[in-house]
Amino acid sequence: MAHFDPNAKPFSHKWLNERLGVDTLKRVLSTEYWIPKNINFLWAMGMVLAATFGVLLISGIFLLMYYVPTTKEAFDSVNYTIMSQVGYGWLWRHVHAVAASVVFLIIYIHMLTGIYYGSYKRGRELIWISGMLLFVAFSAEAFSGYMLPWGQMSYWAGMVITNLFSLGSLNLNGLVEWIRGDYVPGQAFLGRFFMLHVVLIPLFIIGLIVLHFGTLRLPHVNNQDGEEFDFEAEAEKWKAGKKKEAKVIPFNPVFLSKDVFVMGIYFIFFFYLVFYHFEFAMDPVNFDPANGLKTPPHIYPEWYFLWSYEILRPFSKNIGLIAFGFAQVIFFLLPFLDRSPNVAPANRRGIFKIWFWLLVVDMVGLTILGKLPPVGTWTIVGTVFADIFIALWIALPFVTKMEKPIGGK
Amino acid sequence: MSDRRDFMGMALGGFAGLGALGALYAAKRTWDPLPSVKAGGFTTLDLSNVPENTLVVEKWRGKPVLIIKVPKNAKPNSAPNGHNENAYDDKRLVTVGGHKYMIVIGLCTHLGCIPDYFPEKNKFICPCHGGQFNAAGEVLKAPPPSPLVIPPFKITGTKVVLGEEGPEYKKLLAAGVVS
Repeated sequence: MAHFDPNAKPFSHKWLNERLGVDTLKRVLSTEYWIPKNINFLWAMGMVLAATFGVLLISGIFLLMYYVPTTKEAFDSVNYTIMSQVGYGWLWRHVHAVAASVVFLIIYIHMLTGIYYGSYKRGRELIWISGMLLFVAFSAEAFSGYMLPWGQMSYWAGMVITNLFSLGSLNLNGLVEWIRGDYVPGQAFLGRFFMLHVVLIPLFIIGLIVLHFGTLRLPHVNNQDGEEFDFEAEAEKWKAGKKKEAKVIPFNPVFLSKDVFVMGIYFIFFFYLVFYHFEFAMDPVNFDPANGLKTPPHIYPEWYFLWSYEILRPFSKNIGLIAFGFAQVIFFLLPFLDRSPNVAPANRRGIFKIWFWLLVVDMVGLTILGKLPPVGTWTIVGTVFADIFIALWIALPFVTKMEKPIGGK
Repeated sequence: MSDRRDFMGMALGGFAGLGALGALYAAKRTWDPLPSVKAGGFTTLDLSNVPENTLVVEKWRGKPVLIIKVPKNAKPNSAPNGHNENAYDDKRLVTVGGHKYMIVIGLCTHLGCIPDYFPEKNKFICPCHGGQFNAAGEVLKAPPPSPLVIPPFKITGTKVVLGEEGPEYKKLLAAGVVS
């Protein structure tokens, strides 16, 4: 039964508590949201990602004030107005470009941590799936943002990627022209990708982040040993003052202080890149204005898309597309392809340990190969690495089916 | 009571569903190419001054159109897929004013990059994924799945109008050379 104290001062703690339930909110979302003690710095990547998304949002808002989404003015509004006229415009651009690149590095670390520790099983399937949806949304956000400076790489990446939707021999050119709103990327194309980049996809991302946090609340985060324990019982120990015995700590302030420490280290690295090595996130080819009559000598995506690009490249058109499609969706199925009941770090899971490290080496290899020109021996090596990627995923259910249960389960 | 509540829910849901379908169609049409884009689709080229075995690049519907006045001997220096025939004899070539020309859309049929022409080798090589074509636009090396596309054209004297389907184009169409 609601009760409102007529003497409570407006906006005092009591006043807010009666109207908003701030104490309950704080308890459920932070001070009694329990995190296992047995974790390491890799568990801080989620908050690092959230902070990086915040940095992208803020720097993006400042860029948005001077960017002009027309094919005639876009290039100059970025490279002249923002870079040399707007006070500190260069700062927002370099922060935005570096954050867009580094966010994928952290996403990959976050994903590989999840795979290594089996954090996608036993009630945590939706965490994995919502995370993969976020990966797709971030990829779309990165691609649409890459179109905006309207340089040579913007134009030709737009051309190549939208051509994928003709779906090989199905020749759906009408669909491609519909996506572009023109026969080639032009004003209609730039306008709609601008809209996607600044409104629609960010809205999806924010919604998905909320969902991702939501999926985490009931199953709780995994720990370094994949140990399953009673969070409520452990929480009681903590609340009774037996902090040493309890296997859990509250999210706020205890775990958050660890997150803040890792974030501190991360942001030193981040701003080092922003101020001294921003050029790695700024492809020189994109400093030429878009020209539909001249292909750059070698078209390649940003580093974070190279592995999937390399899976597309070495094959003939249709097989390449099928392989590419496979690479895009297969990670979603991970919780169902892993047939082993074990939730444990990969190094205790026998043959899965080999599978995990092969996957890492293969994806790093594909990334390196994706940057090399598609000639001679590299084409053959690329085919081998792409074949290994597909073979690894086909082998996963069999490899994990044979795995012995850990701890006599 | 619950029947009337259900009815209200279903009535609102039904109309909202209809509205959503309409909005979806409107959204689809909003993304269609504008009439101005569709209308500006014709380009006239004069081929009388095109030099032999030299690539000429023109623009049609924002896409590059590649033109080569094909020499009598246009045999590619090599063909990884074995099709090293003389491109001069290819039925895809268009005869204008007594000379044979290759007229194609200059976008690789793999993923749309512009292939580079090497006159001394009599072939195109795509910089993106290494596909190769001869001087008539036929594939010499994958990944491109099909020859370079011939745009609709109409011949009038030494001029060619791109975007219009003339009798020569329809002949190629009937022969299954263009798709």
